[in-house]
Amino acid sequence: MIRFEDVSKVYEGQQRAALKNVSLEVEKGEFVFLVGTSGSGKSTFLRLILREYRATRGHVYVAGKDISRLPAWKIPGLRRQIGTVFQDFRLLPGKTVHENVAFALQVIGKPSSVIKKVVPETLELVGLSGKGDRLPEELSGGEQQRVAIARAFVNRPRILIADEPTGNLDPATSVGIMKLLDRINRADTTVVMATHDSAIVDQMRKRVIELDAGQIVRDQVKGVYGAR
Amino acid sequence: MRHTFSETLSGLRRNASMTLAVVVTMWVSLSLFGAGLLAARQVDLLKDRWYDKIEISAFLCVKDVKGDNCDSGLDATDAEKAAILAAIQQNPETQDVYYESKQDAFDQFKQVFAGSSIEDSLTVDQMQDSYRIKLKNPASYEGLVSEISTMKGVQFVQDLHVYLDPIFTWLNALRWGTIGMSVLLLLAASLQIGNTIRMAAFARRRELGIMRLVGASNWYIMLPFLLESLFAAVLGAALASGTLALGLYAVVVQNAQVSLKGLRWIGWSDAGLAMAGVTGVAIVLSIVPTLIATRRYLRV
Repeated sequence: MIRFEDVSKVYEGQQRAALKNVSLEVEKGEFVFLVGTSGSGKSTFLRLILREYRATRGHVYVAGKDISRLPAWKIPGLRRQIGTVFQDFRLLPGKTVHENVAFALQVIGKPSSVIKKVVPETLELVGLSGKGDRLPEELSGGEQQRVAIARAFVNRPRILIADEPTGNLDPATSVGIMKLLDRINRADTTVVMATHDSAIVDQMRKRVIELDAGQIVRDQVKGVYGAR
Repeated sequence: MRHTFSETLSGLRRNASMTLAVVVTMWVSLSLFGAGLLAARQVDLLKDRWYDKIEISAFLCVKDVKGDNCDSGLDATDAEKAAILAAIQQNPETQDVYYESKQDAFDQFKQVFAGSSIEDSLTVDQMQDSYRIKLKNPASYEGLVSEISTMKGVQFVQDLHVYLDPIFTWLNALRWGTIGMSVLLLLAASLQIGNTIRMAAFARRRELGIMRLVGASNWYIMLPFLLESLFAAVLGAALASGTLALGLYAVVVQNAQVSLKGLRWIGWSDAGLAMAGVTGVAIVLSIVPTLIATRRYLRV
């Protein structure tokens, strides 16, 4: 589903590579934790999958396509196959929960009949049924992140990318979010999650890829956060 | 589509005062630009139909007129006429010359004032005969004029340059003055549009970020901004078109055409062309800065 072939990324005006000769493959339906200190290249890795940046060297394949060669006008098509969740939720404060989730479908031109059907289904899936009319500020952090996950998942993407989704949440709430991501993963969605949350990584026992200074230093099946 | 229109409307509402400023600047600058186009067209009309065929008329002495070269109470003699004709034909500035008799002049007079109360006030004998001279080059005429204006039998030389040159000077000044000013104002208007759209895009940067993230097409993201600036531009162009129509009616239809019947004046078809030009300029000047202003929010 995602394949990096000898990928390096050097940001403009910088000497040091953010990613250096990274090669790996993530299979369809896998759940992968991406760990490493701040600045180790986790975010760069995720942004290359989204084609927010182009790899300086090497090739990035997503769903079989070499996205390093993707023309700009095809990037929206790529992103419709990828859902994204952030640490800071990135909800629109003026829109209700329902509107926030529906927004992701509206702007890609889905008909309102589809939106009316799919949005409540998705809100139910993330455990927010009955809260569609609330504004984000009326929700707890965990609930806000559930809205963000609903928005990322509402178009049923093949890949879900999560950049420290539990970074702003307390441990109990984080467990709930992880259960939700696990459920989405079981529905055959590939999940790539960057995190600093050792408790969660140790508990979930999924594949762990550790980055250090832009290089893969560990790729472990059923791994833990800190082990070598 | 509904989403696009509601975004456009809310954008216009949010930036109402900036949009108003853009509309007013567009209005004034496009009006000036259109006026410049019309002035240019008027110059062309006069030059094409008139200036290039400009004639110098040497009016001959007749019984009823007084002149330095005339014997009072007498027509110019045949000998004098022959001498004048020879002088005109030999002058290097002359291309062609023909004689307009009293009868010719009378016929023309009857034609111009047909139906008017003064139509019957003159007789053939009261008309003045003349030599009409076509020039090789309308711009060089002074040698001929000075030569024949002192000849015996010439009552006076009518040189149309005296009348036309001020009109051309005036129209040219109008043309370049209005076009020059309008170019500056149009530049200001398009910068204003760019700034307005940049501010609008900045205010909506969270939404734009999410739109990009979930895979909205660039076209979809840009459309509300394009519609917003197009709205301001087209409104400005419509107001400018109205101003041009009003100006044409007040200046040309009501005044110039009435008081200077002999000249060809611009009409509604010219105004229509100017309005189309003004609208085209408005559309280009709104789309281009919008594309530039939103580019950084669309960069992927």
